[in-house]
Amino acid sequence: MTTATKPKGGKPITRLGDRIFSRSTFVAGAAILAVLAAVAIFLVAQSLPALLTDPANLKGEPSSFWAYVGPLVFGTLWSATIALVLALPVAIGIALFISHYAPRRLASILGYIIDLLAAVPSVVFGLWGIKVLAPAVQPLYTFLVDHFGWIPLFSGPVSGTGRTILTAAIVLAVMILPIITALSREVFLQTPKLHEEAALALGATRWEMITMAVLPFGRSGVISAAMLGLGRALGETMAVAMVLSPSTVVSFALVTSVNPNTIAANIALNFPEAFGVNINALIATGLVLFVITFIVNFIARWAVNRRKDFSGAN
Amino acid sequence: MKSRNLIAAGALFGAVALALTGCATNETGTNDSSGSTSSLSGTLTGTGASSQGSAQEAWIAAFQTANNAVTVNYSPDGSGAGRKAFIAGGADFAGSDSALSDDELASTFTACAAGTSPVEFPAYISPIAVVFKVEGVTSLNLDADTLAKIFSGAITTWNDPAITALNPDASLPDATITAVHRSDDSGTTKNFTDYLHTVAPTAWDQDPADAFPFTTGEGAKGTSGVIDAVTNGTNTIGYADLSKAGSLAVASIKVGDSFVVPTAEGGAAVVNDSPVVEGRGAGDIAIKINRSTTDSTHYPLVLVSYLIGCEQYSDSAKGALVKAYFDYVTSADGQATAATAAGSAPLSADLSAKVAAVVATIK
Repeated sequence: MTTATKPKGGKPITRLGDRIFSRSTFVAGAAILAVLAAVAIFLVAQSLPALLTDPANLKGEPSSFWAYVGPLVFGTLWSATIALVLALPVAIGIALFISHYAPRRLASILGYIIDLLAAVPSVVFGLWGIKVLAPAVQPLYTFLVDHFGWIPLFSGPVSGTGRTILTAAIVLAVMILPIITALSREVFLQTPKLHEEAALALGATRWEMITMAVLPFGRSGVISAAMLGLGRALGETMAVAMVLSPSTVVSFALVTSVNPNTIAANIALNFPEAFGVNINALIATGLVLFVITFIVNFIARWAVNRRKDFSGAN
Repeated sequence: MKSRNLIAAGALFGAVALALTGCATNETGTNDSSGSTSSLSGTLTGTGASSQGSAQEAWIAAFQTANNAVTVNYSPDGSGAGRKAFIAGGADFAGSDSALSDDELASTFTACAAGTSPVEFPAYISPIAVVFKVEGVTSLNLDADTLAKIFSGAITTWNDPAITALNPDASLPDATITAVHRSDDSGTTKNFTDYLHTVAPTAWDQDPADAFPFTTGEGAKGTSGVIDAVTNGTNTIGYADLSKAGSLAVASIKVGDSFVVPTAEGGAAVVNDSPVVEGRGAGDIAIKINRSTTDSTHYPLVLVSYLIGCEQYSDSAKGALVKAYFDYVTSADGQATAATAAGSAPLSADLSAKVAAVVATIK
């Protein structure tokens, strides 16, 4: 491949269409920055009263705003992490099955079904979580506490309804599964055929070919997919608010009634009846979530860039 | 074939047209009759407690049908937000699960004429039922002390001596109690905890509040969330508006020496017999619910939601509108509408007479 050379002498030729197109892409790019800035300014401006007020005015009279938001930050990260741990292996498995194992027709049907999951509203996932999933997994939780209660994660007392952080995380995992699967599948499909064929020609089995050629090539793409999924899990509101039985605690126990709440679910639960400075406090927790999501995206970018050199994509 | 289709289509068209004109004639009829009795017009804005939200919807629908030039809006933003908006003049009236505090009464009410005070009165009464689901148990007797200990986490199993002593005939299992409370802020929680704190102050040492005070137990979103959690769980107990209890078993609460099943009549009776908070204006019927009543016709675990307006509005047209609306809401008709739509307990005859006298003073 040779690089395109500039036309000799003078400026490159531009037509009206070029100018309109470049302008409109610039406007679109600027608009997203403007929207983000507007949201950030709103969050900061509305948060200030809560950060400056005497903490005794806040709901529950915490020692400081940070004591109020602390358990929520923990709950947000904890539930999203569990969801990612549950969803990522399954998503990679589905993506590999679709891209490398399934017959072509089955692969396309499966792809459609996975995409369909992404179209289900989160309220429906919440209802499913309460009415179907929680009662179904409750006996399993009882079993876990009875036999594996010595592991701190499964310490009792067991929840009588199954509406625990593990159930919420399973619902979240189902919700982030489509996006991780879809992106991973696209990345795996782009593995250079030559790499795959070379691996097979050297005597690799299909599994060895995948570990040698497909996964290293797709690693950075899978990481970005996981981070997008994590972003959705961090911000998911309604499903968590409906499924989780929340308290203001920091606890790693997965199957008890006492679970840490998430920032987004806490806003959804308390905003309808909040007034005065408590509205500002809720918006301030929203600002904290904004910052957390920012940091997660930064880490994702960094991870993707670090891996880029080894991915074989270039 | 074709012609038969045509005839059928024509017949259908005729039937539809007849039905539609029928409707239209009807509507003009009612419009005419209400138009002649009602000269009211304008817009009324209310905000406040979500507990009376579904009752407000029913009242508004009926009131607007009778007065078709009037628009009433009620946004269920919460009691605190409602009182605040009303004081600041952002709403023409407020709905609130608690009466105005002394501090709030001392403030200036922007919508009211200078020098006049606000009116407030109970408009929506809803008994709170203690619902439970335990295999093989259909009736359960509880007193406030036991109830408080169950919800604060001091009693953890169904066969605890405190519960079996109250229910000698029931076969209570050796199982952990899952006590379900509201995870969102709610007037139901405030009234529930007010009852526990008043009747069993040692077992429930927390002040009544919209938010559930303990980290124990299980939280669920909204009344429907509590009902779902209790229904789908095992060995569960929770509290919710009586009208939403559905097919769940409902516990009887100890009042005096007997155990009382929650009923609309029992809820209305305790509010009727409760004293009014002293030292307030004549137009201020703030009720201090007699939670520790010993009368077995009373059911003291009840939520009372108030309507708050001005004695005299600075805009007299607004005053006439509010008066007409409040008049309808507290009338036997309005209370029956709320009972059908939201399952509330209608105001007792004595109380509605008192309330009607207050509403009559609104200008």
